[in-house]
Amino acid sequence: MTITISNHLKALEEESIYILREVAAQFERPALLFSGGKDSITLVHLARKAFYPAKFPFPLVHIDTGHNFQETLDFRDWLVEQTGAQLIVRYVQDSINQKKVVEENGKYASRNSLQTITLLDAIEEFKFDACIGGARRDEEKARAKERIFSVRDDFGQWDPKRQRPEIWNHLNGMINFGENVRVFPISNWTELDVWNYIKTENLALPTIYFTHKRQVFERDGLIFPHSDFITMDGEEVFTQDVRFRTVGDMTCTAAVLSTADNVDDIISEIKASTISERGARFDDKRSEAAMEKRKLAGYF
Amino acid sequence: MELLKFSTAGSVDDGKSTLIGRLLYDTNSLTTDQIQAVEAASKRKGFDYLDLSLLTDGLSAEREQGITIDVAHIYFQTNQRKFIIADTPGHVEYTRNMVTGSSNSQLSIILIDARKGVIEQTHRHFFIANLLRIPEVVVCVNKMDLVDYSEDVFSNIRLEFLDFIKGFDSLHQRITFIAASSLKGDNIVNRTETMKWYEGPTLLEYLETVEVNQDINKSDARFPVQYVVRPHSKEHHDYRGYAGRVVSGSFAVGDEVTVLPSGLSSKIKQIVTFDGEFLQTEPSSSVTLLLENEIDVTRGNLIAKSENLPSAEKEFTAQICWMDTNASISGGKYIIQHSNNRVKAIIKNVDYIVNTSTLEKDTGRKWLKLNDIAEVQIKTASPLFFDSYERNKANGSFIIIDEGTKSTVAAGVIL
Repeated sequence: MTITISNHLKALEEESIYILREVAAQFERPALLFSGGKDSITLVHLARKAFYPAKFPFPLVHIDTGHNFQETLDFRDWLVEQTGAQLIVRYVQDSINQKKVVEENGKYASRNSLQTITLLDAIEEFKFDACIGGARRDEEKARAKERIFSVRDDFGQWDPKRQRPEIWNHLNGMINFGENVRVFPISNWTELDVWNYIKTENLALPTIYFTHKRQVFERDGLIFPHSDFITMDGEEVFTQDVRFRTVGDMTCTAAVLSTADNVDDIISEIKASTISERGARFDDKRSEAAMEKRKLAGYF
Repeated sequence: MELLKFSTAGSVDDGKSTLIGRLLYDTNSLTTDQIQAVEAASKRKGFDYLDLSLLTDGLSAEREQGITIDVAHIYFQTNQRKFIIADTPGHVEYTRNMVTGSSNSQLSIILIDARKGVIEQTHRHFFIANLLRIPEVVVCVNKMDLVDYSEDVFSNIRLEFLDFIKGFDSLHQRITFIAASSLKGDNIVNRTETMKWYEGPTLLEYLETVEVNQDINKSDARFPVQYVVRPHSKEHHDYRGYAGRVVSGSFAVGDEVTVLPSGLSSKIKQIVTFDGEFLQTEPSSSVTLLLENEIDVTRGNLIAKSENLPSAEKEFTAQICWMDTNASISGGKYIIQHSNNRVKAIIKNVDYIVNTSTLEKDTGRKWLKLNDIAEVQIKTASPLFFDSYERNKANGSFIIIDEGTKSTVAAGVIL
C-alpha cells in the first residue's frame, strides 16, 4: 500500500531539501553529524533525496562517546553500507586519553557534555565549515531560539545575542576564517512530524526505539538502562518491556515503559504522552539553562 | 492538515507570553514536565502565579530581564490545524528580530493593552506587518478584565487604530479586532460570560478558520538554481541536473525556458525527484530539472519560462530595514543576496527614513542605523532578475551582507 504524504509533511520536506542544497552550495567542507537517532536518520534520508541521483556530497560524522547502545552502532554501520556514505568516527575516549577532558565522577557521570570537545577537535581536524545536525526547535526552549544557519566562533561558541537575522528563506552562510556554521534543516519539524515522516517514508530505525525486554533500574522517577557505564547507587535492577524515545548516551537516556512494536503504536503513544521528549533526557535537567549553557560552549 | 504560521509581537508587559501560554495551556499542548518546570521556576522567583513567559523566553538573558529579545518558534496543533508561532519581541531595539520573525508569517497578532490603547509600539508592529505584506492582521485588545470588560474601551481602541492606518498610502491586509483577557482566559480559546456584547470570534476560532493565504504567486514560473547535480557514475554519464526550488508558478516537461543571465533558451526535458519523475511541478517543490540542450547553467542563475521573464536591472528602488549595529555607509560596498545569487552592490541614495509612528519621512539623513526603515536606491555590479515584492514575494526580497563581518545587515523588498 502506498501512503500519500500529507501536505504538511511535504512542505517540511521541501524546506529541508532546500536547506541541505544550500549547505552543499555555500560551503566547501560540510559534514552531517550522525548520532544514530531518528532525527539524524531522517536527515540522511532527506540528504539522499536532495542530491538524487548523485550521492550526497558530505560525510557522516559520528562522535562516539563509548557509551552508546550497541544497537545504534550496528544500525549506523548498516546504514553506511546501504547508502554508500563516507563515515568518520571520532572517540570521546581519545579526548580523555589526551587529557583534553576529564571524565565525570559519581552516579550522574555522563560523557554527554564531553563530546563537545571531541566534536570541536574533529571540526578542526577536517576543517569542516558547516556541520549539519538534527536538532529541532520544539525540543527545548533554547533550541527554539536558534537559527537554521547558526554561526559559531573559533571556539565553537553560540552567541544568542549576535544571531544573524534570518529573513524569508535567505540563508547567509558567509563566514570569516575560523568560524563555522551549524545547520539545522529540520528545525521546524516536531517529534510527531518526524515519526509521521518515518512512517510515510518507511524508514528503518535502530531496534531500541521499539519495545524490548531490558535490564533497567529506577532513579529519580526515571527508568534507566542498566550498563557497565553507570555507577549504581544501590538501585535494584529488574527486567521490563521498554523502548527509548530519544537515543543519546546510555548514561543520560531514560527508557519509557512501552509495548509499542511498530511505528503506528509509537505515534499513538506519543500523542497520548503527558511528558515531553526531552523529559527523558537527564542532560537537560541539570539546570533551567542546561541546554543553553552547553550550546554556548559549542554543543550542537 | 493545514498549517498556519503566525507571529506575535509584544513585550511581557502586554501579556504576550500569557497569551501564548494560554493558547498552549487551553489547547492541552503542554506536557506535565513542562508545566512542572514552569511551576518550579515561578516558585523559585517568588511569584505567586505561573510565569508562562518561562515557556517561551528560552535565553537566560531574557528570563533575567523579563523581556523577549529574540524570536522563538513554538509548535502546537488542534484538531483543525497545525500552528507555528514566531514569538517576537516588542521593544524598539529589537525591531530587526520582529522583522525576522514576521517575514514567514501568514498572520500577525498585534497585542494592545486595553488600559493603554494604541501606542507607539502598536504603530511599529502594524507598519512592519504592512511592509512585509502579511495578509492577515489580528488586533487583540488584551487585559479587558482590567477595564471592566467595557465595550466602550474596546470600540474606542478600534477607532483609534483605524484612524492611525488611514495615514498609509496603501494597505494590504484584512484586519480583525478581538476583545480578550489572556490572564482570565476570556475569548482566547474559550468564550466566557464576561463580554456578552462581543460578537466576534475567539482568537483560536479565528486562527483555526481564517482562510490560509499561501501567498504563492501562481503565474510567474521562477526557478533559481541552487546546485548542479552531477553523479559522476557510469549509469548517469554526462548527467547535469539543476537542483532548486520552484519559488513561484510552475513548470512542465516541454516548456520553453530561458536561463538568466545568459539569455540562452532550452526546453525542459525531465523533472526529477527521488520519488520519481513528474510531468509538472507542484507549487514550492524542490526538484531537479534536466534541459534538452547542453547550455551553461550555474548556481545563482534563474530559469524562467521564456514567455514570461522577470525584470533584469542593475538599479532599483527598495524598502529596507537596517539590522546591524554598524550604521550603513553611503557609497560603501555591500553584497546583495537575492534568491541564490550574490552580487556586489552599493546603496546609492537613501530617499527617506520613515518614522513608523507618525509616518513622517526624513529626507535629510543619508545613512541608516539599527532598526531604521527606509526607501533606498540600490545599484548592483551585475543585474538582478526579480519581480516586485508586491507581485511575487518569493522573487522580490533580498538581504544585504557586510563584506567584512559577513553579517546580514539589512533585509529589503523591491518596489
